[in-house]
Amino acid sequence: MSRYTPPEQSKAGQVFDIAVVVVAIFVALWLPLKLGLAGAAKSIDALDAKTWEALGQNPTMASIWEKLGYTPETAHDIIQNRFHYVIDWPTLIIMAAVLIGYFVFLFRASDREYRDVINEKFDDK
Amino acid sequence: MTIAVEPAVQGDRVSLLRVLGPAHVWALGVGIVLVGEFTGWNFSADKGGALAALIVCWVVGLLYTSVAMIDSEVTSTVAAAGGQYAQAKHIVGPLMAFNVALFLVFAYTMLEVSDAILLGDTIVAKAGVEGLTHNSFIAATIVVLAWLNYRGVLMTLNVNFVITAIAYISIVILFFSVSPWTQGAVLKLNELVTPGNALPYGWIGVIAAFQFGIWYYLGIEGTTQAAEEVRSPARSLPYGTMAGMITLLIAAAMTWYVCASMMPWEYLGITYYPLWDAGKLTGSPLLENLLFVATLLAALASANGCINDAARAWFSLGRDRYLPTWFSAVHPKYRTPYRSILFLLPIALAFAFIADLNQAITFSILSGVLQYTFMSINIIMFRKKWPLGSIRRGYTHPFHPIPAIVLFCLCVVTFFAIFLGFGSQLIAMVAFYFLISLWFHFYRYKFVRRGDQFTMPWPKPQGY
Repeated sequence: MSRYTPPEQSKAGQVFDIAVVVVAIFVALWLPLKLGLAGAAKSIDALDAKTWEALGQNPTMASIWEKLGYTPETAHDIIQNRFHYVIDWPTLIIMAAVLIGYFVFLFRASDREYRDVINEKFDDK
Repeated sequence: MTIAVEPAVQGDRVSLLRVLGPAHVWALGVGIVLVGEFTGWNFSADKGGALAALIVCWVVGLLYTSVAMIDSEVTSTVAAAGGQYAQAKHIVGPLMAFNVALFLVFAYTMLEVSDAILLGDTIVAKAGVEGLTHNSFIAATIVVLAWLNYRGVLMTLNVNFVITAIAYISIVILFFSVSPWTQGAVLKLNELVTPGNALPYGWIGVIAAFQFGIWYYLGIEGTTQAAEEVRSPARSLPYGTMAGMITLLIAAAMTWYVCASMMPWEYLGITYYPLWDAGKLTGSPLLENLLFVATLLAALASANGCINDAARAWFSLGRDRYLPTWFSAVHPKYRTPYRSILFLLPIALAFAFIADLNQAITFSILSGVLQYTFMSINIIMFRKKWPLGSIRRGYTHPFHPIPAIVLFCLCVVTFFAIFLGFGSQLIAMVAFYFLISLWFHFYRYKFVRRGDQFTMPWPKPQGY
């Protein structure tokens, strides 16, 4: 097998490639933050009676909250801020399909490239 | 400490220095991870309760023990800068290697961002001055550590060894100061974790807690990044990685026990400083100040190690022409991948200012879990392509393929846990990796020298 000689990349081409990667990184990481998609569904289950007992805190727990500087009123939003786990099946299926598709593509395309590498490496000898 | 210095220049190519020993490998791994005991792990209590945080501490410990076993075998055999990147290049192929390097860069850069945010918030909380923000502390942390990394790997990891050891000892001191053998005096586990609140969301909460359970140990696999800079990779890497994992399992168990015995789970789940809070709750100013300083040191050590690892992964991409070769420059005097260090600096700074702590942690966890999924498949391929006896291995991990299967199954559970909290982010990130993979496979790969991707003195892999 003849040895593959890659083209030389111009400086402008290198700068352009760096820009592509940087933009892709920012879009992938920053966009979910900007669109408010990051973070789990949490909401406050408000209680009318704001006492340690109503908040489900025994005397030991209450004494620690107080040592940390909280009152039943200020601790209410922390204690009652709960997750509401709901399995959204369409999203779960999309996520599974994206993940599986990604890994299948990765391994298949990598294998094609790997065969080039092995052929060139070992046919040289 | 003896330092073996290689010739500064090999031919006309400046190389990285082989100056590190097992203690540095331990410091790199534990230094990156130990911050997880000071913040982050406790968000798993928020997800599923105090008992869920303990269950995931053990189960995720099993995941990472598998990671350490697998990593020790492959890295002690493929000893090259880039760690898992170099493994992927030799075992799976260039596209996988490109992705693994990006997993590493994202995981470590976002971990560095989390560390800097933690450090800034801790100082602001301690100062208690109205109007003081964490921004200047974050910027100073990232810039100073990047400069330290720019100046040299030996100095960087010597600093890491010292500050990691101090932070670790502080956890041990706290543990023995609260009389762990008696309940009721300082520790009140029975009254804080009751049958009624141990698992407030049931078993779905335990699964959800996996997301932040990863934070107990995330980054231990970073030890492999030093493969090209250790004097004896076959000895130092398995020894340093396994010792690091044992150290972390002990620290995680002590941290959970003390914190769950001193704080209600609702508070434990939202505080940014569980160990510092535990120090405060003992009523001892000495312990409070010790844990405050240790929180800062743990964050510094972690960010320091992360800059080291992310830069080496990025450097490797440039060196192999997966990215422009400009990144592959080694500093002629300090022998560090200085351009990669400088390039990643503004990216870390930008995200430190736009993301909050648990978002940055989640970014890091996502890339970490993608990488562990790769590792579980990679070891199966490694053993298949080069069966035992066909090449010289520095270390052979026992019970194959059980660790790989355990790792893969736990990765699937963790993906589900991330879906429960950050599903959209996971899809966005995988979509990014997919698109950038298309870019690499159909465009960038043409600049890659095929045969040069395989540098190990091994026979042809079976099946090719």
